Amino acid sequence: MSGFPTLRALALGLGLIAAGPAFAAGEEVELPNTRFSFEGLFGHFDRASAQRGFQVYKEVCASCHSMHLMSYRNLRQIGLSEAEVAAIAATVQVTDGPNDDGQMIERPGRASDRFKSPFANEQAARAANNNAYPPDLSVITKAREGGADYIHALLLGYGDPPAGVQVAEGLHYNKYFAGHQIAMPQPLSEGQVEYHDGTKATLEQMATDVTQFLTWAAEPEMEERKALGVKMIIFLTILGGLAYAVKRKVWHDVH
Amino acid sequence: MATGLHKSDFANPVIRWVDARLPVFTMMQKEYGTFPTPRNFNYLWNFGALAMVNLLIMIVTGIFLAMNYTAHTSMAFDSVERIMRDVNYGWLLRYAHANGASMFFIVVYIHIFRGLYYGSYKAPRELLWMIGVVIFLLMMATAFMGYVLPWGQMSFWGATVITNLFSAFPLVGESIVTWLWGGFSVDNPTLNRFFSLHYLMPFVIFGVVFLHVAALHITGSNNPLGIDPKGPQDTVPFHPYYTAKDSVGLVVYFIVFAVLVFFFPNMLGHADNYIPANPLVTPPHIVPEWYFLPFYAILRAVPDKLGGVLLMFGSIAILFVLPWLDTSPVRSMRFRPLARPFFAVWCVTFLVLLYCGGKPPEEPFVTIARVCTAYYFLYFLVILPLLGRLERPLPLPESIARPVLRGGGPLPAGAMGKPMEKA
Repeated sequence: MSGFPTLRALALGLGLIAAGPAFAAGEEVELPNTRFSFEGLFGHFDRASAQRGFQVYKEVCASCHSMHLMSYRNLRQIGLSEAEVAAIAATVQVTDGPNDDGQMIERPGRASDRFKSPFANEQAARAANNNAYPPDLSVITKAREGGADYIHALLLGYGDPPAGVQVAEGLHYNKYFAGHQIAMPQPLSEGQVEYHDGTKATLEQMATDVTQFLTWAAEPEMEERKALGVKMIIFLTILGGLAYAVKRKVWHDVH
Repeated sequence: MATGLHKSDFANPVIRWVDARLPVFTMMQKEYGTFPTPRNFNYLWNFGALAMVNLLIMIVTGIFLAMNYTAHTSMAFDSVERIMRDVNYGWLLRYAHANGASMFFIVVYIHIFRGLYYGSYKAPRELLWMIGVVIFLLMMATAFMGYVLPWGQMSFWGATVITNLFSAFPLVGESIVTWLWGGFSVDNPTLNRFFSLHYLMPFVIFGVVFLHVAALHITGSNNPLGIDPKGPQDTVPFHPYYTAKDSVGLVVYFIVFAVLVFFFPNMLGHADNYIPANPLVTPPHIVPEWYFLPFYAILRAVPDKLGGVLLMFGSIAILFVLPWLDTSPVRSMRFRPLARPFFAVWCVTFLVLLYCGGKPPEEPFVTIARVCTAYYFLYFLVILPLLGRLERPLPLPESIARPVLRGGGPLPAGAMGKPMEKA
C-alpha cells in the first residue's frame, strides 16, 4: 500500500491502536470450534438457551452494550409469550413525544420499542468506560471474523497474561482478542446470573447461552432461510433432472 | 422502400395483427426461435444466457431493495438491517442481491474464459468482444458503487481507497477526487450519488447487452471448433435445442446460487462490513470484494502509485486490443498445441493474483503478485503475438458436422428446421 501515504499514515496511527500488536506481529490464535445447535443444513436455535442468553444479556451485557436494532417484540421468536415480552418492555422508561404541549414524556416501554440503549450516545458510553466504546451487539456475530465461535471464545478467553507480556493500564488480557489487550473486563463469572429455569450458571453455560442469543439476534431469519434453502435445493434437483431429460430427448436425433 | 404492413405468418389472428404492425414476434422467432446456431456447443456456451438471467435478477431484487433503502450516512446501515429483519423476505432480497453480484462475476469470468480459450474475440467478432469488455467495465463500476451502499466499514474504506486512486493522476488528480466525492472526503454526497448511479448503471448495462446480442446475431456464435458453419448441416435452430440445453445450465446455476444465498450468505462478504462506517477507525486490512482482487493485486504490485493505477486499468484496457494482439488465424485452442499451455498458465496467474489481492501487502505475496502481473501482460503483449507466427496449429476439421457425426454420415431427418414440433 505504498501508494497511499495519507491513508497509510492513518492506518498506522489509528489501525494499530484498534488492531493492536497481534496484527503487527502476525501471530494468530486458533479459535476453538464450538458445536452450536444452529450450525449445519438443518440448524435451529435452541429456544431455552437463547432465552437464558437473553437473561445474561439483560443482566450483564446490557449495562454497557446496546442492541439498537432489536425490538422487544422480536423476543416472541425465541419463545417468550406476549405477556412476558410486555413485562420485559415495561421495565424500561422510554422517552417519547413531543406531546400536544410540546413536551417530551417518559413512558414505560412497549413491545414495539427498540431495546433501550444503556448510553445516550457514543460520547457518554466512552466517558463511562475509560474512553472505550462498547460496540452495539445487534449484528456482532456477523461483524466478527469467526462469528459465534469468536464471541464464545472471547468470553472464555480471559486469564493471566503469559510471562513477559505487559498489559496496559485499564486493559485486560484476552487470548482471543486481536492484540490480546481488551478494554472490557471479564464480563462473566461463575454463577453470575440465577437462571429462571434452574440451569446451573457455569461460565461455559453462560457463554454458550449468550452466544446462542446473539447469533439469533444477528440472524433472526436463519431458521426460515435454511428451511427454505432445503426446499429450494430439493426442488431444483428435481427440476434439473427434468430439464436434463428434456434436453436429452430434444437432442436425441442430433447426436 | 415499400411501406405498409409487415407480412406475418402467425396463425393466431391477434398475434398476426400485432406482428403485421410491429414485427416483434417475427423478430423473436428469427433471433431466438429458428436462429441457426452451431450444433457443437459445449456447456461453456451456457454462460452468456446465464449472465443475462443474472442481470435481470440483479435489476429485479435491486428495485425492491431500493424501495426500502435509505441513502443517508446516518441511516443507510440501519435501513439495510431493517430490510433483513422487518421487510417480508427482505433477507432473501438482500442476500440474493449481494450474492447475485458474486454469481454475476463468476458467470462473466467463465464467459470471458470461454471467449479467450475458443478465440471468440477474433474476426469477425472483434466488436462483439469489445462491447463485452465495456459491459465488464460497467459491471465493475456498478458493483463497486453497490458495495458502498450498506455503509459498513469496508464500504467506506473501500470507497476511500478506490476513489483515491484517481488522485494519482498529475495536476488534475486531486480535483477529480473532490469532484467524485462531492466534497473533501467520502461522505453523504458520495453515498447519494453512488446510490443514484448504482440504480442507473444496470439499465445502461442492459442497453449495452442489447448491442452485444445484436452484434452476436450478425456474426453468429463461435463454437468449440472455432470454424465457421458451412451450411445447415452444421447448425441447429436455437429453439428447442439451445433453449433446452441452456435450461440445464440454468438449473445448475440456480443450485449454486441457492447454496450461497440460503446456507453461506456471508461467506463471500467481509465481516467488517457489518460494522457501521466510521471515518475515524481504519480497518487493519482494507480489501475490496473478491472479484476485484486480481486487479487490486496488480495495483499493489507496482511500487509507484500512478504506475499501479495505470497498470490496473491497463490490465482491462488490453482486452480491447486483444483481437489484434493475437495474430493466429486459428480460433479454438483445441488446435493450438503451443498456445494452450501458455493460456493455462495465464489462467493460473489470474487465480494467484486473486489470492494475493486478498493477502496483506507483505512478502512473499508482493513478489508473487509482481511475477504474475508480469506474466499477465507478457501473455498478451509478447506471447500471443509471437505464437501466431511460431506455432504450427493442428489440422482443422473440415466442418462442424463431420467430427460430431463421426464419419460424416447423412443427417437424420428432422435434425433441422421445424423446431416447434419437438418442443
